[in-house]
Amino acid sequence: MNFEQTDDQTALADSLHRWMDAEHGFETAVVRAHSSADPGMLPVFAELGWLGAALSEAEGGFGGGAPEAAIVGEAVGRALVVEPWIPLAVQTPRTLLALAGEAARPRIEALVSGERRLVPAVTETAGRGAPDWVETRAERDGDGWRLTGTKSLVLGAPLADAFLVAARLEGAPGDRAGVALFETPAQTEGLSLHPYRLVDRRAVADLDLADVRLPAEALIGPAGGALEAIELGCDHARLALCAEILGAMDAALWMTRDYLRTREQFGRPIGDFQALQHRMAEMLVETELTRSMIFQGLAALGRPPDARAKGIAATKAHVARSGLFVGRQAIQLHGGMGMTEELKVGHLYRRIMANAGLLGDADLHVARYAEMMD
Amino acid sequence: MDFAPSPDDDAFRAEIRATIDRLLPAEMKARRLADFDTAEADARAWIRILDDAGLAVPAWPVEHGGRPWSPLRKFIFAQELQHARAPAVDRIATEMVAPVLWTFGSQAQKAELLPRIRRGEDWWGQGFSEPGSGSDLASLRTRARREGDEYVVDGSKIWTTDGQYADWLIVLVRTDPNVKPQRGISMILIETSREGVSQRPIESIDGGWTLNQFFFDGVRVPVANLVGEEGRGWDYAKFLLTNERTTSAEAPHTRRDLEQLKRIARTAVARGRPLIEDPVFRAKIAQLEIDLTALEWSVLRVLHMEERDPRLGSVASVLKMRGNDLTQRVADLCVDALGDMGVAMHLDPDQPQVRADDRLWPPLAPQEAAGASARSIFRRAASIYGGSNEIQRGIVAKAILGL
Repeated sequence: MNFEQTDDQTALADSLHRWMDAEHGFETAVVRAHSSADPGMLPVFAELGWLGAALSEAEGGFGGGAPEAAIVGEAVGRALVVEPWIPLAVQTPRTLLALAGEAARPRIEALVSGERRLVPAVTETAGRGAPDWVETRAERDGDGWRLTGTKSLVLGAPLADAFLVAARLEGAPGDRAGVALFETPAQTEGLSLHPYRLVDRRAVADLDLADVRLPAEALIGPAGGALEAIELGCDHARLALCAEILGAMDAALWMTRDYLRTREQFGRPIGDFQALQHRMAEMLVETELTRSMIFQGLAALGRPPDARAKGIAATKAHVARSGLFVGRQAIQLHGGMGMTEELKVGHLYRRIMANAGLLGDADLHVARYAEMMD
Repeated sequence: MDFAPSPDDDAFRAEIRATIDRLLPAEMKARRLADFDTAEADARAWIRILDDAGLAVPAWPVEHGGRPWSPLRKFIFAQELQHARAPAVDRIATEMVAPVLWTFGSQAQKAELLPRIRRGEDWWGQGFSEPGSGSDLASLRTRARREGDEYVVDGSKIWTTDGQYADWLIVLVRTDPNVKPQRGISMILIETSREGVSQRPIESIDGGWTLNQFFFDGVRVPVANLVGEEGRGWDYAKFLLTNERTTSAEAPHTRRDLEQLKRIARTAVARGRPLIEDPVFRAKIAQLEIDLTALEWSVLRVLHMEERDPRLGSVASVLKMRGNDLTQRVADLCVDALGDMGVAMHLDPDQPQVRADDRLWPPLAPQEAAGASARSIFRRAASIYGGSNEIQRGIVAKAILGL
């Protein structure tokens, strides 16, 4: 067990922070958040190697893994980057590797180089962030397939060139067996996007699939046994979402500390008041516990499926609650200014709020954990 | 970063579990199933059994009888002791007094006192707080005047846990009233058998008798009993309290309590079903287990940090604050698990000081539920002793957040 970053990991973290400080300040983040769906910084991320940072060389990346995803996530959350790096650089490659192994290599190389934008479309509204609830149906259609249903909250959908759509060949929603994954090009007849934004203005869409016809080779992996790979991809993505929350809450914590030192009321800095000092101490505790749970989650990702799922459920449940607490208190301690769009603190809170809910909120993960608990 | 599970550590846990199982007498284990404090005799006998196996104090430096284990293995050992329901030993001695002695004590103090702690021969009590000096510890007034080769001690100390068993007290005294309060404090070791030392038990709200007040009336103590240098007692006390930071999280103990909570919830029946199958109660247990996991991983981080790591203080601050909270929550949930029977008073039948008119016991099942209500009441102390939650928050705000 070793909590220290390797030299390579420290170098990655440093390069991320240097670039974010120089190129992605708060003003840039605001402009990017309001921009329409365009690739934005993605070509730069590809060039800097960040889209392959969380994959080993054998997997088609640059010698990294889940810890590197956490490092990128923390920097991205802190700087409020809106580009969908989690689906592109974490969830899609992890899902593909689990499902297709070596055969996934060409797709992964194209993702890492930024040439392709393939994002997962695996959740549905009724699943509330759990990908085993698949109502979308897939049926054999001659040599190929026909898909019908709706996928929800697809991060990065407006700029994707294709989707990894989870659909059910047999069984009922919630069944472990019978789920398959289909690569579905964005420009396919019968597929329509319903684009909208998250509370922090990141671009998402729901996918409506109405008799979408796909060729036989659209199926990735086995016909019916894809759920385990989809869940693995989701668990990696959940850890990355939590790492972003950590970056955002750490930024909110220290920003609030600075505000308490400078804002004066009743003739002295408001940080002199014990009630506010104690609140700040509680925020620090939640931030440190969040970092601990990121480590716990990283350990879980290396374990067999049951232990992995339980460990990630614990991380997501805890980090979501801690993040929301810190975000809400940060706004509270900024007073009226915390409510204004001109301060970063409210933007950080909305990022935390969005990530806390994506792929299952704290209630969902506590319930999942309770089910898996001895 | 590397969190790959080590088969060696798993094997280590299995080996430790088997060893403890072999060493722990069945009747001692049976007495620990209920939630009452370990009897003094069991505590002393158990540390001697461990010492015969070279396991009394693995966390100590090797030259004083410790084991050259990794931080993770020391933590695993602590977890396994709790898992086995082993008796509690005198932790004031093993975890608070001993590190002060081997760091600041004289050769004679180390040579004489450390082996006696390891053998369970000496029981130690802590004499820091005073009736007028709680959170504001530096205001303490117990006085030690130098007279030749002796100090003459006058004053009183309070909240000494298990002081009724203590052979020795580690005491903060004022040796110089004319300097800044912190600088005039020294640390001395006082045998409770010395003339002029007296003790009074304090009944606590749980019906227990672990708290005590000590009085010092012209007690003569040899100068050789001074720890380190005169006037540096405040620094030694701070060292003692920071040394406590990983153990104060009580993570292994809370893990044991959580195992017990689940056993109670499996046995307790709610409208014909085991309580643990009730989704509302099950979610409460799940939330607690998740929060405990976060605490355990914070302990692991602290155990793996260098003493000089600038981030240490920040992580360590988590441990006591959240650790307290969880020891209280798990105890309260054990009471909740008993439903309306959780409010029945259930005192320790082996505790001679329990009042005669309180010697009535409810028909509680399982055996592990015994003492749950009293424990839950006593755990209110967890956020008061060793620096109250409010003091801890103040320290974090000042030392780490710079407010």
